Amino acid sequence: MNPLEQKTQYVYKPGNLEKSEPNFFKVEDLDTDEMVINLGPQHPSTHGVLRLEVLTEGEYVKEVVPHMGYLHRCFEKHAESLPYNQTIPFVDRLDYLAAMNSEHIYALGVEKMLGIEEQIPLRVEYIRVLVAELNRIASHFIAIGTYAIDIGAVTPFLWLMRDREHINRMLEWVSGSRMLYNYIWIGGLYYDLPVGFEERCREFVTYLKPKLKELQHLIIDNTIFIERTANIGVLPLDLAINYGVSGPMLRGSGLKYDLRKVDAYSVYPELDFEIPIGQGTVGAQGDCWDRNNVRVLETYESLRIIEQCLDRLQSDLKRTRDFDPQKIVPKKIRPKAMDFYIRGESPKGELGFFFRTTGTYDIPFRCKVRSPCFVNLSVLPELSRGIMLADLIAVLGSIDIVMGEIDK
Amino acid sequence: MTFQEIKNLVVAKLGEGTVKEIAPEGLQPVLEIPKERLLSIFEELYNNEKTFFDFLSNITGIDNGAEKGTMEVVYNLYSIPYNHFLTAKVVLDRTAPEIPSVSDIWKTANWHERETFDMFGIRFQRHPDLRRILLPNDWEGYPLKRDYKVQEFYHGIKVD
Repeated sequence: MNPLEQKTQYVYKPGNLEKSEPNFFKVEDLDTDEMVINLGPQHPSTHGVLRLEVLTEGEYVKEVVPHMGYLHRCFEKHAESLPYNQTIPFVDRLDYLAAMNSEHIYALGVEKMLGIEEQIPLRVEYIRVLVAELNRIASHFIAIGTYAIDIGAVTPFLWLMRDREHINRMLEWVSGSRMLYNYIWIGGLYYDLPVGFEERCREFVTYLKPKLKELQHLIIDNTIFIERTANIGVLPLDLAINYGVSGPMLRGSGLKYDLRKVDAYSVYPELDFEIPIGQGTVGAQGDCWDRNNVRVLETYESLRIIEQCLDRLQSDLKRTRDFDPQKIVPKKIRPKAMDFYIRGESPKGELGFFFRTTGTYDIPFRCKVRSPCFVNLSVLPELSRGIMLADLIAVLGSIDIVMGEIDK
Repeated sequence: MTFQEIKNLVVAKLGEGTVKEIAPEGLQPVLEIPKERLLSIFEELYNNEKTFFDFLSNITGIDNGAEKGTMEVVYNLYSIPYNHFLTAKVVLDRTAPEIPSVSDIWKTANWHERETFDMFGIRFQRHPDLRRILLPNDWEGYPLKRDYKVQEFYHGIKVD
């Protein structure tokens, strides 16, 4: 065999796995009752390639050690070598279920650094919020649907995928792709909304409202679902804050904390919406049921936001012939030298970008992403100590992780 | 509390000359803290009823390159009840970067610090579990360092 060819192949040696991803627990240190179970990386309920090393005693989980990095695509290294606008497609691929939200926050951050956030036309900002909220609904649908599968119900998943398909198609109509949009640009948008989009979107809102009620009856109020999730994986509020948990998980634990309200970025202060929180209706506050209930209630609020956006977009911010969404897109993006941290509410929680700029280059000196899933997942070992092995999947699903964002 | 008030509070507790303010043209001022005082300052900020920084948003590692010979660790603190921020940073020596771990104060720091260690090789003293988090355990080098060279082969697979 050609030696060069041989070198490009994976050379199997018995110790390779032990060297690259060693287990945290050594077999010789375990008690006689204990056993290490390896969950993943290929397992549907882990929502991607996450490997959990579970130390069990009978049916009970004693300790969980997550191993990740299987989907590491060097986002931060790429971001350090590309101009700001060319990083946006990479930002899409972080949380690939909610690309619009990530784009929105990223673009907002760079605009703030450039000092042009005041000049963004109101129509652009309303379109951004509109598509971001559509995407938030899609993301929550995936979260709830896959969660239902995790705990043994397939029907809701199919229903939710059917409804999510409408959103995917609408966003494809807007941007040209189904999941990874590159639609929100720094300083504007790729393109204005297509003609007829507002009407189609309204139709969708009227279609979805009764479906959400159905969803609530089918899953959230379902006795089997409640039996399966109430009092499971209870996350107390102080622990959640200490672990940096954010998003629906933190709200599930009972804190009215939503960055759309707290930071009041974009046009969110002009919009009227509530922040649903977990109240321990069927079990303890902060259990798996609360987290999922918060997600369902949030889709109602997102629909309210969408309706208000549509009202504005169809009245005083109507499409005009000379409206150019790329009008103030900067040709050259070179912020002054500074450290800047921007954060916003993605469907998973607080998505943040930290920039270090030098003021002399068009590329950031350092761009670090604070991904909500990464931080939320870090609380999993704490949540799963002492629960049943079957409940571990229920707890993991309720965190709503996306591996693209965790592994960056 | 504004940045200046927080700074004055820290200075009053720990004495003059402990902290430095850096904000040439930035929108968000940065507080530079010496490495030796990091834990005591953060404990003060966490426990003091006036500051009450209960939420650690983010930890960032930065490598300034061999010329400057420094690395930095940046902390983004946030207080949920008071709604105020603080960006604090520590400058480290690049040859043997070491810094005390803050995971005793905020448990979320655990994974953030592991990631920083993974990407920059910064050692966090008294960290409960300092292993690589995203890269494989036997990966060579720290990818986000300025002088990083990708290894040629990994288990016989060509890396490019």
